[in-house]
Amino acid sequence: MAKLILSMDGLVLKEIPLSKERTTIGRKAHNDIQIDNLAVSGEHAVIVTILNDSFMEDLGSTNGTLVNGNPVKKHFLQNNDVIELGKYKLKFIQEAGAQPAAAAADFEKTMVLRPSAMKAAAEQAKAAGMGGAQAAQAARQAAIQSVGQAAQSAGIGEKPAPAAAAPATAALAAAPVAAAAAPKPAQPLGAIQLLSGGNAGKELELAKPLTTLGKPGVQVAVLTRRPQGYFITHVEGAQRPTVNGQPIGTAPHALKDHDLVEIAGIKMEFFHKP
Amino acid sequence: MNYSQILEIASCTDPGMVRSHNEDSIASDPVNGLVVLADGMGGYNAGEVASGMATTVITTEIQQLLAKVKPFQIDEETKAPVAARMIREQVLKANTSIYQAAQSQPQYAGMGTTLVVCLFYDNKMAVGHLGDSRLYMLRDGKFSQVTRDHSLLQEQIDSGIITAEQAKHAQHKNLVTKALGIDPVVEPEIHEYPTKPGDVYLLCSDGLCDMVDDGDTGMTLQALGGNLKLAAQQLVQMANDNGGKDNVSVILVRVLREYPAPRGFMGLFK
Repeated sequence: MAKLILSMDGLVLKEIPLSKERTTIGRKAHNDIQIDNLAVSGEHAVIVTILNDSFMEDLGSTNGTLVNGNPVKKHFLQNNDVIELGKYKLKFIQEAGAQPAAAAADFEKTMVLRPSAMKAAAEQAKAAGMGGAQAAQAARQAAIQSVGQAAQSAGIGEKPAPAAAAPATAALAAAPVAAAAAPKPAQPLGAIQLLSGGNAGKELELAKPLTTLGKPGVQVAVLTRRPQGYFITHVEGAQRPTVNGQPIGTAPHALKDHDLVEIAGIKMEFFHKP
Repeated sequence: MNYSQILEIASCTDPGMVRSHNEDSIASDPVNGLVVLADGMGGYNAGEVASGMATTVITTEIQQLLAKVKPFQIDEETKAPVAARMIREQVLKANTSIYQAAQSQPQYAGMGTTLVVCLFYDNKMAVGHLGDSRLYMLRDGKFSQVTRDHSLLQEQIDSGIITAEQAKHAQHKNLVTKALGIDPVVEPEIHEYPTKPGDVYLLCSDGLCDMVDDGDTGMTLQALGGNLKLAAQQLVQMANDNGGKDNVSVILVRVLREYPAPRGFMGLFK
């Protein structure tokens, strides 16, 4: 879970976990984070948190809100961002890997946002006698909430009740996914050294996911770099490449250290870089 | 006109490394120059029902229409080639079928599907799409995205809230704002594009674009363009090697030569 660290003049006052969807900041007592200082407006700002994404919105405060020294109305919070309200500072800390991997995987299920639910929310807001701006705001919050709910229901593997949306999208933020991609397993870098032809002796590192070799129209093979290692596959041409003198089949062929490969009449050696 | 000598089509679909079943559905009709890809969602197994219905309804209905009407004929109502209207109407038909199934059968409640469909005719193609399944194009060595997703993320990019760079790391990549079968009516986005011999088109589900960087996808198409079947398998394999968190489907179409519509006697009067 992300958190905020409240400090003034370098002195840490409080740590606030962002456990709620909306964490309000202001001078008045009903705020989640109350800062009793005249430079802070009654309702100064709000942090909206959806899963791992948090964003800060200034609620039209008198003295404004700075993030990393710049005045902002709305901001996607990123790890170590510093929010300033008057003399007070709130540092945003995103804990890496806060979300369990399983939940993250479930959330990738495609879901639909429906404009119709959005309109309903806006109408409700209007019916409640709010002004246009407020209605829009309420609708936006509804949309945000339903995104949150959608995510939750995805977590239990159910199709979510299609949520609210379109114009609301303006309010949502994209925060970096904390530690999203697991580091790829260390894999030795492969290379080939040409043994014949005009470029004999030349070495070619296989750093890209795939490298094609050969003469287009005559014979082409592709060397693919995969987590399991390197593979050679025949792409085009009547003749297939050979590995250690044997023509390869249609399936990708795994390459071992010091395999001898021949493509389009050129001999080469595959090896793992130390 | 038989398009099987004009278009080379290869496809590959895979459940990926995490999901137990494949909710994507693909269909191609090389004779009529029609390809359809759908990525289903919702409920237990209902996603594949929705995507399966979408590809089946759209291909069979368009096939039947093509027996009667030619896609390049000018529609008297819209004054445009009939292809776009053909796609739109069949997409709406598929939408109704899926929506009604979802309404009438509790196990299908809430199901829906994204869609991308291409119909080739007269040196052009009509492209219809809904949601975040995409069409890319490789032309003269340049790889670019043709469709724009109907997704929350795309709307945020359009409204300038986030940059394309930030979008790569966004969490809610999977929220689509339009889909087939969710509402009683839907308006698919349909465009027409001229094609050129040598073009390679890639239709894919988000299982590919979320897992494989566009740069790597483009490089793969360039490198393996000589062997479309292998390129399709390679793209799926790359998505799986990168985690394969979602079902992955790709359809590749290469335009082999020009295919202007036969301008017959009747053509002059329409």
